Amino acid sequence: MMTTPFDVVAVRGDFPVLGRKIYGKDLVYLDSAASAQKPSQVLDAQRAFDATTYSNIHRGVHRLSQDATVAYEAARKKIAAFLGAPSEHEIVLTSGTTEAINLVTQSWGRSTLGPDDEVVITWMEHHSNIVPWQLVAEQTGCTLRVVPIDDRGELDLDAARKLIGPRTRMVAFAHVSNALGTINPVSELVALAKAHGALTLLDGAQAVPHVKVDVAALGCDFYAFSGHKLFGPSGTGALWGRRKLLDSMPPWKGGGDMILSVSFDGTRYNSVPHKFEAGTPNISGIVGLGAAIDYLGGLDLDAAFAHEEALVHHATESLLALGKIRIIGTAKNKASVVSFVTEGIHPHDMGTILDQEGVAVRAGHHCAQPVMESFGIPATTRASFAFYNTHDDVDRLVTAVRTALEIFG
Amino acid sequence: MSDLRELYQQVILDHNRKPRNFGDLDGANRFAHGDNPLCGDKIQVLLKVDGDNIVQDVKFKGSGCAISTASASLMTEAIKGKTVVAALGLFDLFHEMVTSDLPEHELDPSLGKLGVFYGVREFPVRVKCASLSWHTVHAALTDSDAVVSTEA
Repeated sequence: MMTTPFDVVAVRGDFPVLGRKIYGKDLVYLDSAASAQKPSQVLDAQRAFDATTYSNIHRGVHRLSQDATVAYEAARKKIAAFLGAPSEHEIVLTSGTTEAINLVTQSWGRSTLGPDDEVVITWMEHHSNIVPWQLVAEQTGCTLRVVPIDDRGELDLDAARKLIGPRTRMVAFAHVSNALGTINPVSELVALAKAHGALTLLDGAQAVPHVKVDVAALGCDFYAFSGHKLFGPSGTGALWGRRKLLDSMPPWKGGGDMILSVSFDGTRYNSVPHKFEAGTPNISGIVGLGAAIDYLGGLDLDAAFAHEEALVHHATESLLALGKIRIIGTAKNKASVVSFVTEGIHPHDMGTILDQEGVAVRAGHHCAQPVMESFGIPATTRASFAFYNTHDDVDRLVTAVRTALEIFG
Repeated sequence: MSDLRELYQQVILDHNRKPRNFGDLDGANRFAHGDNPLCGDKIQVLLKVDGDNIVQDVKFKGSGCAISTASASLMTEAIKGKTVVAALGLFDLFHEMVTSDLPEHELDPSLGKLGVFYGVREFPVRVKCASLSWHTVHAALTDSDAVVSTEA
């Protein structure tokens, strides 16, 4: 029943940190939704790049700079292929999902939106897909509308049909919820937006490690993700956007690399995607992200995702069997996350007790306070899984939760 | 497990289950709001301080983990009936206990039951939980409408 063709033992050998002991116990890392661990292939690629090739990009006439530029731009091509983007010119490299969304709000949003316009987001958004829209709403006078969620943590599509209308200019939502694991019905929401001529932005931070992404098939207009959720370095990420849109958008950050020429009579901007990439980026980080995508390309992802699904199922059933546990987020279509609350035990206390047992989870509001509000809870304990987790990890989690229940009697 | 038992002593578990002085306080004349934005813990401390600067009554409201709830509950018991100066003195002693290397046998005896929080120093991320109510009451006693944050 629990067997899977995915060779998790071999994969674990690629992740050196998983061999670490915590308080004398084998680490059980169940916090990949906060940040995933990096395989040796990524660590080695970054180190090799820094040791042999590192230099600034797009500038030097010298050989190192040329090689560094080639490596950096090769990563952009890998990201484009990974997302199913038609061209690498549509990939803006960023420091992560947060910067990618802020790019859209401050460039597209600030130059386009006005007091008659509406932007629709959802109750299950991460703060990084809420606050940038609140900022642009303050700047432009546009109105933010929010699609509610039901008690399973699924979007209320009837409400969405009412909220998305002729004034809607943008529908921005999580592809996969970080707090609940819900995989949102992208095609329905994209169709609703398109019917009213609105654009769509997907926050793909939690989706890229767990579902296959193809922006052409999704039909959205922007897609944002972070390298550090994808087994790559933190401080890296990308925004995919349709070429026509990116071409029409003004720069949002000024600096080096985003210009063709600078003069006090007027500055000419570089073409996309460089127009949006001011300043020296995280060069070796982006090279590392390219290596992470190569690494994933060498895995049987269908088997990996099936393995993750089995872990989520195993964890859900075993936790519920303990009693006194309520799972937060029971959407029919969900990925990789088991968020729960326990009668009488605050998630922070749970997190500390699990930590002492070597089990790393996230305890808190997961930067999604509206989600917590809609469930009437201050916080949850969240175990999040990646393909490198095992059924033994799940058993260790459940045993540690049982210990917490005993301590709190 | 022994570290955990050190942290989650029966006194703490008991005050978490049955927090003392929890709820509203009619006639409160000092109050403050405390937030731990990292975990979402929220607390309000309400006090009635009389003309002789004695804490006649104190209550707290809010939601938080066992450490922050028990700490708030024990804090209210500790300062009720004390002068403002004595309450602020307890704040200093508590703060020193959870943040310094002071050995357990050198704890000031006036800490009394508050000594159960000695073990919190072994859990650096939880020191803020234990301190939140104390920072909040400190703000209430020194600035009448303060908002404090563990991240400020």
